Amino acid sequence: MNFLELVNYINSNFVKNFVPVEVEAPADHIDCPADRWRSLAEFLRSDEDMEFDSMMCITGVDYGGEEGNLGVIYNLFSMSHQHKLEVRVTVPKYKPVIPTVENIWRIADWFEREVFDMFGIEFDGHRDLRRLLLPEDWEGYPLRKDYEFPETYHGIPINKVKEGWE
Amino acid sequence: MGVIHGEEMVLNIGPQHPSTHGVLRMKVRTDGEILTQITPIIGYLHRCFEKHCENVTYEQCLPYTDRCDYIASMNNNFGYALAVERLMGISVPERVEYIRIIVAELNRIASHQLAIGTFGLDVGAFTPFLYCFRDRERILDLFEMLCGSRLLYNYIWVGGVSHDLPAGFVEKVYEFIDYFEPNIQEYNDILTFNKIFIERAADVGVLPEDVAISYGVTGPNLRGSGVKWDLRRHDPYSVYDKLDFDIPVGTGAMGTVGDCWDRYYVRIREMEESAKIIRQALDQMPREGDVHEALPKKVRPPKGSVYVRTESPRGELGYYIISDGKPKPFRLHMRSPALTALSVIDEIGRGWMLSDVLAILGSLDIVLGEIDR
Repeated sequence: MNFLELVNYINSNFVKNFVPVEVEAPADHIDCPADRWRSLAEFLRSDEDMEFDSMMCITGVDYGGEEGNLGVIYNLFSMSHQHKLEVRVTVPKYKPVIPTVENIWRIADWFEREVFDMFGIEFDGHRDLRRLLLPEDWEGYPLRKDYEFPETYHGIPINKVKEGWE
Repeated sequence: MGVIHGEEMVLNIGPQHPSTHGVLRMKVRTDGEILTQITPIIGYLHRCFEKHCENVTYEQCLPYTDRCDYIASMNNNFGYALAVERLMGISVPERVEYIRIIVAELNRIASHQLAIGTFGLDVGAFTPFLYCFRDRERILDLFEMLCGSRLLYNYIWVGGVSHDLPAGFVEKVYEFIDYFEPNIQEYNDILTFNKIFIERAADVGVLPEDVAISYGVTGPNLRGSGVKWDLRRHDPYSVYDKLDFDIPVGTGAMGTVGDCWDRYYVRIREMEESAKIIRQALDQMPREGDVHEALPKKVRPPKGSVYVRTESPRGELGYYIISDGKPKPFRLHMRSPALTALSVIDEIGRGWMLSDVLAILGSLDIVLGEIDR
């Protein structure tokens, strides 16, 4: 199925008019509110004509700007039907909570931990939400646009600009 | 961790351990010599790749991609260049496409040689490692002739490649393929069908198909589980659709489908296929043409986002790039195939002995530079 067929299928079988179809400037992804994401994910994984069995990639984003929204982008793929779909979930920075999908796609376990590590987005219901790449006692979420680099780490000063750099 | 039973013990393997292929720490719970839980702890090599990329221009990101998967730098450059090209909507000359495929497949052979050589080391066979490195050396010599470096090439640029092929390169690659193809039989004689090796690898660490897909395992590890899936064929990029090659899959010839031996043997067979691809690409490549023709003056993609995936020697290497029209990427995310391969180790390694788990880890062929980024 191509993107438009996927959207029509979701609109008729999941929730009526879930995705607004724009004829003039067709998008390449669908937006999903955070509270609906869990049920949409279950539908996409289990429905026979969808069967998205492979989670290709989960990307966290800080959209920055005045609104300061955080987002998570899910790239899904179906090995049996050979179609792909991009779902974007956006949450406000003051309450970054998204339901987890780690028991639907097992790899989402580590991918979500990485997003939590870098953006501080909490995945509600995740069994083991710890930092993945950074040390456990690291403060702050480095890939946020407003992240401030620490001046010391365990008492060791970090030089911001090395002598003779540039 | 809860209550520790009388006989259970918690052990650390790594971060400095020859069998972990880098700085990986595995916290394991052992009951006697049987492992009951494996917790990989990663991040020792984290270099903030994604944060760096947000602070440098698109051209300057390229050398960072080299340093992620340092065993297969060409393939990393290739994926990144394709992603930015798709965002900008540029197409490259045919000669460049073929040059890219030739170097990427040469690098795939070099990477698989390291994978099978070190897998042999993990299970106690030292000599095959030297056989592999003897041949890998020739590929590195070719790359040195091509772009001057032997590990981190920075060769495939956005819109082209950095240097045209030097005089005599094509003949040298032909010569290498002629030399290399019979050598695969040597690997088979000394390692693949060695009784001791089969005892160590067959039936160990079986990765079933559905588990592999759910864990996002891709590349040779997925094909070892019997899934005929290769992005070069099923989601073709560049000019792979003009080339003829087979997709080797695990058949369970020595034990069960998806065991360590299958994953290993898929890599051996893939080297044959890569040699086939290189030979065809050399035959079909246009002999004349300017490789700098399509290089953009400024790499400044329009607003938008793209997810591009390519088949690196370790599996599906994806780049997600968001551009806001400025010279620096707004967000660049790399989907690492080795990360997904490592995440499955707890699932398939449980219940095996310590020495078997190190064999499983070796057969997954991870590169820590790419996992930690």
